[in-house]
Amino acid sequence: MFKTEPIMINFGPQHPSTHGVFRMRITFDGERILDLEPVFGYLHRGIEKLGESKTYTQIIPYTDRLDYLASMTNNHAYVLAVEKLAEIEVPERAEYLRVIMAELMRIASHLMTVGFMLNEMGAFFTPLLYMWREREKILDLFEMVCGQRLTYNYMRIGGLSQDIPEEFMPALERFIEEMPGFIDEYDQLLAENEILLARTKGVGILPPEQAINCSVSGPVLRASGVQWDLRRADPYSIYDRFDFEIPTCQNGDVYDRYRMRILEMRQSVRIVKQAMDQLPLGEVRTKVSATLRPPKGEVYGHIEGPKGELGFYLVSDGSPNPYRFHIRAPAIINLTMFRDVCVGRLLADAIIILGSIDICMGEVDR
Amino acid sequence: MEIVQRPYNSRELDAVEGAAIEALRNASQEPYPDPIDWLEEDIERSVLVSSIDLVIDWGRRFSVWPVNCGLACCAFEMIGLATSRFDISRFGMELFRASPRQADLMLVAGTLTWKMAPALKRVYDQMPEPKWVVAMGSCAISGGPFRDSYSVVNGVNLILPVDVYIPGCPPRPEALMHGLIMLHQKISKGTFSKKR
Amino acid sequence: MTIALSGEDVARRIGEHLPDAVTEFSETAVFIKVEDVLDIARFLKETPRLEFDYLNSITAVDYTEHFEVVYHLTSITNNHSIVLKTRCYDRENPRVPSVVSLWQGADFQEREVYDLMGIAFDGHPNLKRILLWEGFAGHPLRKDYGSGV
Repeated sequence: MFKTEPIMINFGPQHPSTHGVFRMRITFDGERILDLEPVFGYLHRGIEKLGESKTYTQIIPYTDRLDYLASMTNNHAYVLAVEKLAEIEVPERAEYLRVIMAELMRIASHLMTVGFMLNEMGAFFTPLLYMWREREKILDLFEMVCGQRLTYNYMRIGGLSQDIPEEFMPALERFIEEMPGFIDEYDQLLAENEILLARTKGVGILPPEQAINCSVSGPVLRASGVQWDLRRADPYSIYDRFDFEIPTCQNGDVYDRYRMRILEMRQSVRIVKQAMDQLPLGEVRTKVSATLRPPKGEVYGHIEGPKGELGFYLVSDGSPNPYRFHIRAPAIINLTMFRDVCVGRLLADAIIILGSIDICMGEVDR
Repeated sequence: MEIVQRPYNSRELDAVEGAAIEALRNASQEPYPDPIDWLEEDIERSVLVSSIDLVIDWGRRFSVWPVNCGLACCAFEMIGLATSRFDISRFGMELFRASPRQADLMLVAGTLTWKMAPALKRVYDQMPEPKWVVAMGSCAISGGPFRDSYSVVNGVNLILPVDVYIPGCPPRPEALMHGLIMLHQKISKGTFSKKR
Repeated sequence: MTIALSGEDVARRIGEHLPDAVTEFSETAVFIKVEDVLDIARFLKETPRLEFDYLNSITAVDYTEHFEVVYHLTSITNNHSIVLKTRCYDRENPRVPSVVSLWQGADFQEREVYDLMGIAFDGHPNLKRILLWEGFAGHPLRKDYGSGV
């Protein structure tokens, strides 16, 4: 008697819930999703091609603009890859400061992820504003160090661009002392909240075998129960000197991915405390030529960023510019499982699942 | 990974979109002239109209509603301006509308690529008059650090007329606020009694 | 610590399974023939004590006379890694078998290589441009692309 047909709705590139310029073509039967086709490339700026005409040092500001919510981590991954290729030693003080910056950045990035995920759930701006308050404190610390709030360009090949000023350490101590209290405050407000539990428990379950097959990495992989963190499995920089845990969760649904970020923030605070206690004196930069010519060869350097495994594949032919500069971006690869996890669910779930995967369009499109 | 029977042909839709992008790219080689005639104007207006002007422009100035158009990194300094530390709400602008039909300001924050350009133009065309455009950040002004790239629009003024340019990479929230205050000055110079 | 297996070791093991597939090996990487990519990939994934279940990245490099497609694989169960490479000498119409049926994570990465380098992957269910738009002329990451950069 009645005939229904599936319709296609375009979840356009300009939309408040899509974390930037991300587009989906969703086929619906009523409100149930039958099929989802992600379309991106709306922020493709050609960074890989631009890198081939710049020197190794000139590429560092471009790496800032990849995952613009975690610029320090992108810098860190890139300079580690170049130092591995050219076999450059980094002073101890610089290594410790890099770890402090990277972990502070991880806290700031996870605060944003949780804040925006709750924004999409309908808790319109309140949790985000609470978390933004802490993020502003972290941005003030970074501004003290390098003068910038969002795209730092602080790390250099062979160390850091400059040493920390005197007011940095007292401010950092104050921050680290208050931060666990704030994380507890957020947890208390959110973890037992009925609406959050109803909307996220059992939604978007990703089984561990599928996660490994889809090359998922980062908190999303660990939320599915796979204990794989590059800081423990393949330690880079000086992470083998710190005592921290790698939390995992059992179910792999959106609630677990939210939980992972809260747990990881606590571990990051622990690492920063240890790094602050062990910080040695000394220089922060090995002298390296501005037009560095690494030996011929290639390297794949990867680190554990807040979104997953961020890797740089560099091929050098002995000239000051790289021959090939490829970025292994975790956000685009984590999106591989997005369609399979959303099929059969409602539209509102798809938006929350996208928030829990945590993409950043600068990285997806490069 | 089976594909469900889709009610549309994905490659056809892509081809149509691609044709629109290429058409816009070929048609946008010259920048739009900047609407700066308000800086030198000295319009004689009747007393009655100028009082109405004053009230209406005062009303418009303090309730400009931006449309959500954050493309890249500058978007996060724009959101920073909307949060409690820098507070755009004291100007009446904290309501970022999702729909362009309810907005009067388009804050283009971030790099514009040719793939995104038709969508941006469409959002601009849907905004009712009077409307203003602010180009935030060096990517929106001239392509920024990505100027030599094969897919970046070298400045939003190639496809839209821009009222205020705010340099920076990214500009601090205070710089964005300064630019918005300049926009308020432009609005207060009267847009009601003359055609834009 | 993830152990990077040496090219020689892996070349020997592949040689035992499928002789003639390996063209050469270096300290870190193994080069195999284009036609055998899918078989070798299945061998590396399913053999006990190799078990490369995680694909880190697929990318391609343009060396003017040939293209090289590079696969970085890791085994989460055994914590070792390997670099697999294949050379494609056809510049007009390069084709490489797709590994999407083994690792679904290859989906978007192979589309990106097709989009930016022009290398087509046989067996990919949805091979079309991903970052650039339909109707874009050329493949930008090739060394002979336009004047521009």
